[in-house]
Amino acid sequence: MAVKGTIVVDTEKCKGCGVCVVNCPFGVIALSHEVNSKGYNFLHMVSPDKCTGCTSCATVCPDSVITVYRVKI
Amino acid sequence: MDINDIIKPENKVYGKSSVLTDNIMHYCPGCSHGVVHKLVAEVIEELDIQDKTIGVSPVGCSVFAYNYLDIDWQEAAHGRAPALATAIKRLNPDKYVFTYQGDGDLASIGTAETMHACNRGENIVIIFINNAIYGMTGGQMAPTTLLGQVTATTPYGRKAELNGYPLKITELLAQLEGTCYVTRQSVQNPAAVRKTRAAIKKAFQNSMMKKGTSFVEVVSTCNSGWKIPPVEANKWMEENMFPFYPLGDMKDR
Repeated sequence: MAVKGTIVVDTEKCKGCGVCVVNCPFGVIALSHEVNSKGYNFLHMVSPDKCTGCTSCATVCPDSVITVYRVKI
Repeated sequence: MDINDIIKPENKVYGKSSVLTDNIMHYCPGCSHGVVHKLVAEVIEELDIQDKTIGVSPVGCSVFAYNYLDIDWQEAAHGRAPALATAIKRLNPDKYVFTYQGDGDLASIGTAETMHACNRGENIVIIFINNAIYGMTGGQMAPTTLLGQVTATTPYGRKAELNGYPLKITELLAQLEGTCYVTRQSVQNPAAVRKTRAAIKKAFQNSMMKKGTSFVEVVSTCNSGWKIPPVEANKWMEENMFPFYPLGDMKDR
């Protein structure tokens, strides 16, 4: 059974620590070149098709900025 | 399938706990405090004890924990959180009482209070964040600082002959009769985070079973104090802290 996931990032609260990026098993996410109002390079999805909604990124996020959605297809 | 079709409330599998407030945490990027705050909030939400939990915040970076978890809090004098928690728990035996302390607070100025609260077997939870440094005051040497570790007050590395040896306070507490659950965990990857969450949940459940003190140490990073970026700090922790502070349960009865 295939699953498809996606994340929503609260970019204004993201501090760009990058801990989620190294813990993503599929290389879905990366830090953006843009910055939020505090000057942090916030998180965004670079290959959203690969996301399975495994919640690894959100689990390690210190600031709880990631919300994960998943559907079975 | 379009992303907008996935983003629906019924498909949500993980998000911010309702016990956490909307305040932006003052912690540095990548700080382990944020993860542990989140885990405490998730456990409180899961056990449905938000109106029955009283936290005691320490002195240190986590002094502002009361801004981030929407529960009742007390602020203790430096190191005195276990003594204050003792009083709260004895006066309110039906409440879940926990302290949240760093290594400078718990293992240095608060050693006596911690030891005696654990030795008396108070039915409280102690969450101990061990990042081997004084984070808030600018990265000075703490009792838990590793031998050879460079800090603001040990610029040539900690030396045993001058500064003594790092304090393994969790091992000391495991020997006391009053403690029922003593464990050391970490939060650098998803597997470790889930184990820490289970440990905190077990500790909260123990506190209502009148088994004694539950003590959860979380080996953590201090990116600013160590002067290492967050991702490398996690690696440094795995390579240097885990050999001296091995993870796992030391006592569970």
